[in-house]
Amino acid sequence: MTGISILNGHAILPGADKAESLHLHIENGKIASVGKAAPIADQLDASDLIIAPGIIDLGVFKTDKPAFRFGGITRAALMPDQSPVHDDPATVRFAALKGKPDLWVHPLAAATQGLNGLQMAEIALMKEAGAVGVATGRKWIANSGILLRIMRYCHALELPVFVHSEDAGLSGNAVATAGETATLLGLSSASSITEALAISRDLLLAEESGAHVHFRQVTTERGLDLIRAAKTKGLRITCGITPGHLFLSDNAVSDFRTFAHLSPPLRSESDRLACIAAVADGTIDVIASGHDPRGPEDKRLPYSESAPGMAGAETLLALSLNLVRDNVISTGRLFELLAANPAKILSLNAGQIAEGYEADLILIDPDAPWQVDGDRMAALAGNTPFDRLPVQGRVRQMLKGGKVI
Amino acid sequence: MTWTQPFAADSFPSGSGAFPHKHLLGIAGLQKWEILYILKEAEQWVALNRSGPAKHDGRLSGLTIINAFFENSTRTLLSFEIAGKRLGADVVNMHAAQSSVKKGETLIDTAMTLNAMRADAIVIRHGSSGAVQLISSKVDCPVINAGDGSHEHPTQALLDSLTIMRRKGRVEGQTVVICGDVLHSRVARSNLFCLKTLGAEVRVVAPPALMPSGIDAFGAQIFTNFDAALDGADVVMMLRLQNERMQGDFIPSPREYFHLYGLDERRLALAKPDALVMHPGPMNRGVEIASNVADDVERSAITEQVEMGVAVRMACLDILTRKARGQEGWA
Repeated sequence: MTGISILNGHAILPGADKAESLHLHIENGKIASVGKAAPIADQLDASDLIIAPGIIDLGVFKTDKPAFRFGGITRAALMPDQSPVHDDPATVRFAALKGKPDLWVHPLAAATQGLNGLQMAEIALMKEAGAVGVATGRKWIANSGILLRIMRYCHALELPVFVHSEDAGLSGNAVATAGETATLLGLSSASSITEALAISRDLLLAEESGAHVHFRQVTTERGLDLIRAAKTKGLRITCGITPGHLFLSDNAVSDFRTFAHLSPPLRSESDRLACIAAVADGTIDVIASGHDPRGPEDKRLPYSESAPGMAGAETLLALSLNLVRDNVISTGRLFELLAANPAKILSLNAGQIAEGYEADLILIDPDAPWQVDGDRMAALAGNTPFDRLPVQGRVRQMLKGGKVI
Repeated sequence: MTWTQPFAADSFPSGSGAFPHKHLLGIAGLQKWEILYILKEAEQWVALNRSGPAKHDGRLSGLTIINAFFENSTRTLLSFEIAGKRLGADVVNMHAAQSSVKKGETLIDTAMTLNAMRADAIVIRHGSSGAVQLISSKVDCPVINAGDGSHEHPTQALLDSLTIMRRKGRVEGQTVVICGDVLHSRVARSNLFCLKTLGAEVRVVAPPALMPSGIDAFGAQIFTNFDAALDGADVVMMLRLQNERMQGDFIPSPREYFHLYGLDERRLALAKPDALVMHPGPMNRGVEIASNVADDVERSAITEQVEMGVAVRMACLDILTRKARGQEGWA
């Protein structure tokens, strides 16, 4: 295989805050050298562009290649909430092959059969079929006994457990967070403590089992406080969030905007600010898109009948770059949240620009302005609550395993 | 008591400026004078409705009004039907039970179908909050919300304010107690917005499980003790408790509910001596209200509310169709 040299780019190296001007050399799909001027046959000029690791999107609901290509996502961890549910080796194996070669899908196995929260699924067989983690899906597992057994099992199998943090007893059929907006609109709502309730139990189970537990979305101040304290204590836990909860609060639901119907529901402004602070102080490890494209049949409905979720893959990078512009985090830290940390959670040899790592790279023009337009998205559906928002940051080139795609 | 006009006849903006909205989807967002304009307009229909056997006005002659009710209703549907017919419109009722909604048609497709039938106004009741607004965005004609989920029921609030105005002379300054399942009640929400906008003091009373979070942000005073809330009340508005909420999820039993939140003679005596008793109907006698209180002609305005309902709905249908009828100043 011939190599590629990327010249004149500003690469984001592990541990660095800012991009450094240097050359990259790629051989056999891997990063062969960093920093040395060694132009080989194929050359890619990356002047004025940032060379970043390809985004590893931790927890999407659809394999949506055009949207991932637009968004600079080279790998995606696919949630088991599919039809049929990914609770057996055959569906997992099929899902793992679906995106190759230019997109790698890493399936997360359903923790329980049919995601029913009651009986364990064939987790070990699904691991052999390609599953890189186990997830409870969009739902919380109410039965503490079964979840503890799943966590112990996953600990033995060295698989991370992705949990959804809403206490179902408290949240019931709620579609909104209790507060002024929900009361004004007459939407069924639940107190935001539903999240902290779920997290506090799952932290105890994580400690008891020793499993690596990833809290896929933590969206409230109280939930984040619990995570922060548990990390200080040394628990093997990580947590994530999506741009929806970082940049919108529940007043985005006004006028019954179903595109802002997310799961968990959007929170208060003070919770949103707590999420930003938790990105800044390192409590939050991962920013993911939660990509869930939904057509009119799921979204053009009365609010409480609409399906939750947003098409987020295309806007993930541009929205996340706002955190750099607003001086919340450095560019280097942002790509830990978008690539390096997800790779570590899934034990992938990717997500960093360093010798020996997979050459999954994106070349970014960080200042390129564009406008989010739900009517013209590459995704399977344009259900974005950020419609019409002017943003900055475009992916100009993408390399998967050293190949330009 | 006499009706003391809270507004001068010429105090409203002229033409459509008096009510510059295409639809009536809720009370939230309406200006005080817009509400007062509808109430003022309703007065003439109260007079007409009382004028004897020939209570008819032909101004909506030739117009088609569709009452699309996706949720069961007797009195509201009947009230809208009578209102439309008294104004001379052709009124058609669509019940969800008989419609293709049961066959899985989406709400938007139903809305498109209604629109294609060239209705001049559509009155909608739906069990889901926001559903009426969704339909209104897909049709060309005016839409009136006849109740959507736990969101709003604007004509109920308007008829309640008209009733209070006629009985008490004005709404401003009255202390109104709203008691019951406030959490799930669209009547409570619309009334809270309407009464606060008109300058009343509003106290909401509910068991803790049936009190919505953050309702104080809209100016309501929150009470869980009904007796305390009744002190000095001018109006006591009782809400219907749905049967499905009585089985232990929200309250332990109808008996215990009546013990704490039922309006009986003893409790009514805690309010002002001339306090008015209201209920949007249908009543659960013995659950939220005692029969002797409900039937007390001196205190209860419950049948008058029904009467005002027809007049208010006539006013809404008239006002919202003026543009289509080419009325001067409303084009």
